[in-house]
Amino acid sequence: MAVPARAEMDEALFARMGPELAGKFKNARVAVCGLGGLGSNIAFALARAGVGELVLIDFDRVDVSNLNRQQYKACQVGMDKPSALAENLLEIAPYISLETHFERVTADNAAGLLRGAGVVCEAFDVPEEKSMLADAVLSSVPEAYLVAASGMAGLGPANSIRTRRIGRRMYLCGDGVSDVSTGLGLVAPRVMLCAAHQALAVLRILAGEFDV
Amino acid sequence: MVTVNGEARSAAGMTVEQLLASEGYESGRIAVELNGDIVPKSRYAATELRDGDTVEVVRFVGGG
Repeated sequence: MAVPARAEMDEALFARMGPELAGKFKNARVAVCGLGGLGSNIAFALARAGVGELVLIDFDRVDVSNLNRQQYKACQVGMDKPSALAENLLEIAPYISLETHFERVTADNAAGLLRGAGVVCEAFDVPEEKSMLADAVLSSVPEAYLVAASGMAGLGPANSIRTRRIGRRMYLCGDGVSDVSTGLGLVAPRVMLCAAHQALAVLRILAGEFDV
Repeated sequence: MVTVNGEARSAAGMTVEQLLASEGYESGRIAVELNGDIVPKSRYAATELRDGDTVEVVRFVGGG
């Protein structure tokens, strides 16, 4: 099937959002750290909204157990997540710029990996890594905003997922308490809700709307 | 008095590190906001709280 031309896709977004807002999204560089249930869904939402450049970072490969909530296909099991997600995003947004890193983010390499990102999404699984990334972004990536997540496991009510602003440069999405290690783990709609909170927080920051 | 997650605490003069220990937080799983700014982990031991400060301790739980 033929893919629409770049100008046609740009025009569709411009018509919907106006050139000013569409331009802000198109000129943005957003990093997504962790490409699981949160990160893969955040990346889909941002690509559809017309964000121009995404940095996709994960050290893991697609596993069959990921398919209940992550934006991968059964035929991609075994692929590294950054490449698999890039493939899927390019089917939706063929003109997006993607930078992929198949590696683990650490306190030492974070500043280099995240250089130039206006907003960084924390979409890790492990609390210690979430905390490490918050520290690294807020200490070593001076201009970036951080949109992090805590608490989206289980089948709790949708309305307990919310976005809070923590200080000037950090936003935190989730219910704050639902840990994956207790209960039935992560289910697609609740993880997607949290990812949607994060993606919307990113777009609001890019639009210059900093309240929650 | 120092306001910690919305509650008054007699924590003036303590460091962030001492406050976290006294409140039972694991420093590897949190972020700390002091008067609107996040305190880098490397500054927990050296950052002393003053009367009137507002502290928010954010706890990360697993899943993503």
